[in-house]
Amino acid sequence: MRQLFTPFKTISSRSLYLALALCMTGLFACAGDNKRPYTTTTEDPALADTNLVLPKGFVATTFADAVGKTRHIAVADNGVVYVKLARLKDGKGIIRLQDANGDGRSDQSSGFGSFPGTGMIVRKGYLYASSDTEVFRYQLDANNNVIDPGKPEKIITGLIERGEHEAKAFTLDYAGNVYVNIGAYSNACQVQDRTKGSPGMKPCPILDSAGGIWQFKADKLNQTYGDGVRYATGLRNVVGLDWNTATNSLFVMQHGRDQLSSLFPDMFDNKQSAELPAECMYELHKGSNCGWPYIYYDQFQHRKILAPEFGGDGKKTAGEDAQDPVVAFPGHLAPNGLLFYSGNQFPERYKNGAFIAFHGSWNRAPEPQKGFLVAFVPFKNGKPSGDWEVFADNFSGSPEATASGRAKYRPCGLAQGPDGSLYVTDDTKGRIWKISYQK
Amino acid sequence: MQVKSIGAVLTGGLFALAFTLMSQTKKPAAKPAAAKMGPVQVKGGMQASLDRGKQVYLQQCLACHQADAGGVSGMNPPLIKTKWVLGDKTTLVQIVLKGLTGEIEVDGDTYHNVMAPHSELSDQEIADVLTYVRNNFGNKASAVTAAEVKAIRAKTH
Repeated sequence: MRQLFTPFKTISSRSLYLALALCMTGLFACAGDNKRPYTTTTEDPALADTNLVLPKGFVATTFADAVGKTRHIAVADNGVVYVKLARLKDGKGIIRLQDANGDGRSDQSSGFGSFPGTGMIVRKGYLYASSDTEVFRYQLDANNNVIDPGKPEKIITGLIERGEHEAKAFTLDYAGNVYVNIGAYSNACQVQDRTKGSPGMKPCPILDSAGGIWQFKADKLNQTYGDGVRYATGLRNVVGLDWNTATNSLFVMQHGRDQLSSLFPDMFDNKQSAELPAECMYELHKGSNCGWPYIYYDQFQHRKILAPEFGGDGKKTAGEDAQDPVVAFPGHLAPNGLLFYSGNQFPERYKNGAFIAFHGSWNRAPEPQKGFLVAFVPFKNGKPSGDWEVFADNFSGSPEATASGRAKYRPCGLAQGPDGSLYVTDDTKGRIWKISYQK
Repeated sequence: MQVKSIGAVLTGGLFALAFTLMSQTKKPAAKPAAAKMGPVQVKGGMQASLDRGKQVYLQQCLACHQADAGGVSGMNPPLIKTKWVLGDKTTLVQIVLKGLTGEIEVDGDTYHNVMAPHSELSDQEIADVLTYVRNNFGNKASAVTAAEVKAIRAKTH
């Protein structure tokens, strides 16, 4: 394997001690190449209420601030940025941003779109956006400006939304298809959701219309379930997903199930429940089944385990027909953004690798919360070529804020700019960072 | 564990719907009544109820509402100085007994995670945990007694 680590001689002893101290507190994830030190970047001092912690050579600028509850983000090939809001701001659900003077910060902002939601992608002359039940697209002109902001084409409609896992995150391939997450409106498909003693339903009726990824055409209007294909099933909820151009396949990040110890205190203690199950990355193909709700993935046993609602005891394996994950992360970190890096700005080891925005946990309580970071997984030949690692950290503001879950910022959406910079959104206060490599 | 019938589930859903509709027109009283902490009402005295209530909170509530009762943005509502916690005891006891589904609004923010029914808790446990929540996390409101929970449970279907 190539040398992945910065040679120690280039590290100041101070930052090394800091990294070690953070690791020892147990509050910072130190998986993967945990010997790699991190440096604190300097942002605009006026905005530096939390400094992101990044690998050596990377810097973050606050591209925009207080934009709204910014979810997914798209950057067009001329640098125009579109970001989707989970809640309307001044009646608008999509914000257009632009850094016209090239100082790394947006200096133009305008809004349109009357629906809140999560999904946002620019592809082949169109801006695509989703509400919690529909997907729309807006035609773009040669400068990537929306031609008629008041009249989007409705391409997908009538998707189930029952107040749980409602975000219709989506991505597109390069062959004219849209892949939409329809999250399960349930934790583990119990007769009574999240209720102790309520058994799992087998077969799980939710899977007919949710708990998977549906494929639709990008250019056909008013499609609904009958027009689409259930591309993959057995996925509880997916918010982060991306089409990997290196493999020409769909990758998704599943939000794993909650509440093992509160629903099954005789089988799981709070520490186990905080770590289990893994938050999983899957590579999907038509017909993929990832096993929810019948199984979950245990990253310590490296096995698919029968869910306790279906007769499991934390040890019995099951799901022989279900896929194994490509990468298994610690539990409950809430992956909300996934991006395969195809740019040339970052060092070579980042090429074709995966960035994951972890929104941060709540279901680890009473154990310390975790997440609020952007992770990276190096890929080679379409497979992970090393352990996952923390790429950008300290969105929460402090180890204490991470542990309590009272994070200042929570990473959500990811996008790659035309210059190879990485954009990260926060859906708490609406800050958008632009992360660049300056060697 | 006993399995709830579909009827019970429907009833729960209808209750939650009715409750949601009701809450849009009739908000729980904003001002909490002055705390009444008479040892006659509260089994073993106020402190004993708070101590027992804390244990119930740790086991039943903390996983979602969090250690500081601040909840989880967009999912699990906070229990700090809200009308829901400090207001009408009947509403509060019924939420514990029947759970809650559908979006609710607390202090201008909306929350939509499912809260399971906790009718398996005893009258005393519900009284204790609600007394604990109403007198912690910056809250100050009257104690809830087991007798009150019993009476509300009898009228709650």
